[in-house]
Amino acid sequence: MTREKPTVYPYIPNSVPKMKNEMLKEIGAKTIGDLYEDIPERLRLKKNMNLPRPFLSECSLRRHIERILSKNKTCQEYVNFLGAGCWQHHVPAVCDEVNQRGEFLTAYAGEPYDDHGRWQALFEYASMMGELLNMDVVNVPTYDWLQAAATSIRMASRITSRREVLVSRTISADKLSKIRDYCKPEIEVKLLDYDSDTGQTDLNSLQSKISSKTAAVYFENPSYLGFIEAHGDEISEIVHDHGAICIVGVDPISLGILTPPVEYGADIVCGDLQPLGMHMQFGGGHAGFIATRDEKEYVMEYPSRLFGIAPTSVEGEYGFGDVAYERTSFAVREEGKEFVGTAAALWGITAGVYMALLGPQGMREIGEGIMQRSHYAMLQLSRITGVKCPVFRSTHFKEFVVNFAGTSKTVAEINRVLLKHKIFGGKDLTKEFPELGNSALYCVTEVHTKDEIDRLADAVKEVVT
Amino acid sequence: MENITKKRYTNGKPKLRRFHQAKWDEPIIFELSNEGERGVIIPEVEDEVTNTVGDVLSTISSNMQRKQPPKLPELSQPQVLRHYVRLSQETLGTDFNIDVGQGTCTMKYSPKINEQLTRMPQMTEIHPLQDEETVQGILEVMYGFEQVLKEISGMNQFSFQPSAGSQAIYTNASIIRAYHKARGETAQRDEMITTIFSHPSNAACPKTANFKVITLYPDEDGYPDLEALKVAVSERTAGLMITNPEDTGIFNPKIEEFVKMVHEKGGLCSYDQANANGILGITRAREADFDLCHFNLHKTFSSPHGCGGPAVGAIGVTEELSKFLPIPVIEFDGSKYRLNYDRPESIGKVRSFCGVAPVVLKSYAWAMSLGAEGLKEAAEVAVLNNNYLLKKLLEIPGVSAPYAKGKRRIEQVRYSLERLTRDTGVHSEEIGLRAADFGVHYWTSHHPWVVPEPCTLEPTESYSKAELDEYIEILRQVSHEAYTNPELVKTAPHRSTIHKIDTAPLDDPSQWAITWRAYRKKVRKKD
Repeated sequence: MTREKPTVYPYIPNSVPKMKNEMLKEIGAKTIGDLYEDIPERLRLKKNMNLPRPFLSECSLRRHIERILSKNKTCQEYVNFLGAGCWQHHVPAVCDEVNQRGEFLTAYAGEPYDDHGRWQALFEYASMMGELLNMDVVNVPTYDWLQAAATSIRMASRITSRREVLVSRTISADKLSKIRDYCKPEIEVKLLDYDSDTGQTDLNSLQSKISSKTAAVYFENPSYLGFIEAHGDEISEIVHDHGAICIVGVDPISLGILTPPVEYGADIVCGDLQPLGMHMQFGGGHAGFIATRDEKEYVMEYPSRLFGIAPTSVEGEYGFGDVAYERTSFAVREEGKEFVGTAAALWGITAGVYMALLGPQGMREIGEGIMQRSHYAMLQLSRITGVKCPVFRSTHFKEFVVNFAGTSKTVAEINRVLLKHKIFGGKDLTKEFPELGNSALYCVTEVHTKDEIDRLADAVKEVVT
Repeated sequence: MENITKKRYTNGKPKLRRFHQAKWDEPIIFELSNEGERGVIIPEVEDEVTNTVGDVLSTISSNMQRKQPPKLPELSQPQVLRHYVRLSQETLGTDFNIDVGQGTCTMKYSPKINEQLTRMPQMTEIHPLQDEETVQGILEVMYGFEQVLKEISGMNQFSFQPSAGSQAIYTNASIIRAYHKARGETAQRDEMITTIFSHPSNAACPKTANFKVITLYPDEDGYPDLEALKVAVSERTAGLMITNPEDTGIFNPKIEEFVKMVHEKGGLCSYDQANANGILGITRAREADFDLCHFNLHKTFSSPHGCGGPAVGAIGVTEELSKFLPIPVIEFDGSKYRLNYDRPESIGKVRSFCGVAPVVLKSYAWAMSLGAEGLKEAAEVAVLNNNYLLKKLLEIPGVSAPYAKGKRRIEQVRYSLERLTRDTGVHSEEIGLRAADFGVHYWTSHHPWVVPEPCTLEPTESYSKAELDEYIEILRQVSHEAYTNPELVKTAPHRSTIHKIDTAPLDDPSQWAITWRAYRKKVRKKD
């Protein structure tokens, strides 16, 4: 029997046997096994790994992956009204073009000299976010909004040396779960009630729960349930009267038309970049931002990297570098603030591209266009007998709660039928917000056409009557 | 005229390139702004919609209506593109440099086919809350890759939710906390042990999860000190979070004893396999009796690093700990994949939805393009490349590899240039800046610098012998320069995008500027 020729792998230049032998000789080893001599025999894997047969050629690999992925139904084939933390917005082609460039895609952690462009792109990202938010300090992105909110709360706790946070109860269950895990057992998380009619944070609840123990109050605008929180000024005044920090979570795509939270008293602002140029990717497009004023006591509590602009030996040339690196775990391990590492930088660069493409005018128009469509959708759905939409008597941005209590169908049943109409209905809130009864959270953005919204309304009408 | 054939790579022999980094003197994007220009047109709203809803903005309470438009730059589309393409050219991606210089980072080739597949609408245009029936494809990929990682590690169940190595370490610390809580030992178990040559996050993450951190230093041979562990471990020990091989690249053969000692006192052991590139198919967390482990998919499993993410830190645990994994977990009943949220003892959410699915897809595709044999081949060639680089670099004046003399290294080496510094006054960091003049990265190491004048190199399996030889030639040249013309090295870089940065303002609150608006207020005003 002839021995099978060893495979030469296209990704592994030195898988060529001749080259291996040459290098082994140079090293002074007989076999590659010799290089592992320090791994004790009992720790060695004695068998070959039991893995599926590989697709060695690119052609067969493509076929295999495409076959699997073809089982996904996309939001191009279906009309999607799901949001709830991941939103379908139009992604400008230039965003994809920039983030697929090999230079950005495959760079990592180079110095401000070898990777100057990466440092500048991330500095510019932070700078454009700073304009959107009217704040002077923005971090290199963290993982997502969940992490950004949790870290904002821990920053506030360190700044105030207090260990209690009040969180608006209209927050998503996922984010609350993350915050609880991340604050445990350092910080106690207490929930603020909301007005059942308007959804707005209940100021009485805030007054009764806030105390000298409160490090921060966290609320979102627009809220997770889609309405615009109108009492930002009053909330932050109460918060500040108690020496606490006001943290606001915000959807950045709303900021062409909505007041930046700092203007109604936010001290720390956080949120997710996914709406700004990232595809949904089954939740793979998230990146979290944290922003504050340029005050030392705030800056020194960031765990993230902060890229700053600095002069070079040539007059007028821009250089970049880490601001206050000594606060990070990279510099001082467990003595640093929380921890830092790889997170979501490429999405930060992409969000920068997005903001540069839209500019002030585009940000305003997209905000307005989203609201026009979502308001049209609310109106159409509200005309259906048995459907209450929106549930909250407040102004909404792109998401809104629809209640089906007046129909004989559950949200799950409705969504199942909508699926047959090639529509992804809103997120079922039955378990997440039992007090809202048979309700779903719908999302409408600039990608939706009038026809698609009408199709939704027609389909819902058909289902419930 | 100079004949440049001698500079060019010929007959498999590398030469020192006349490299120069792209240098565009590119302005900050705000400086390119031109009032009225725009990069995209926003989707048009139908008249019927606008007529039906009227002036929606007026429905917003006036305090919540933005009064001043954001001062974003105004640029046409080609200008935005050119600006960013120029910045990309000023960034040294792995796609075109011999990226062995970013040790511990596993800068391997990220196959283009995987990138293409990830950019299919069947991946990009799916919402994480879609009905499970409509996302069977991505669930199959994630479930399938979980089976691959189970085989590679020997662990029982995985979660892909943590979105990088540090978040994975944090999550494992959180699981350890939940385990002790379930046993009523929360108050007692408040110490986590790690080693100084483990990634800084192995200290920082458990601290964030409210543990006291005890750090073991190396013994004379560079191994984590077993005697120090004996002193550190007690009934207060919640766990051990340790890397192997550590940043030194030396495999710790006593790893089982570390695990045993911690287990005997009731603690759990978490194996940092962020960089498992040298040991795929060779040795596993299971055989070393670990309770938890994690892999960085953007390292070992080839997903591109993206300037620092998106990424995945896949965590694997034993059967006993699987109930604590973040929700949801992916299950398969033989015909359908589903997401199970009904896990009462779960630590809850760590990251939105199911984590960074496209990174899992790229890693799955990579593993499926290699199979069991190919994965082991990748590991073996990475180790071969590393030991080759080690052999050759030790021939360069001033370079040494401290600890475990004569021992092989696994996937990376922490070198020391202490001798070169002593001889020439040139520091390791400066060597790195000069190396950049030849178009490569060079990384010192994490802090603190236990190894003096450190340098950490990791060649992975993705570079040919000739490419390794080129990297070696670059360091030989820079060493030569340090000995013969140290000023040349100390004043580097000379062929970079920019010149020596004055870093003092970055630590001065009155001068640091993290955004352009802050720069204009704080620095420009002083001009």
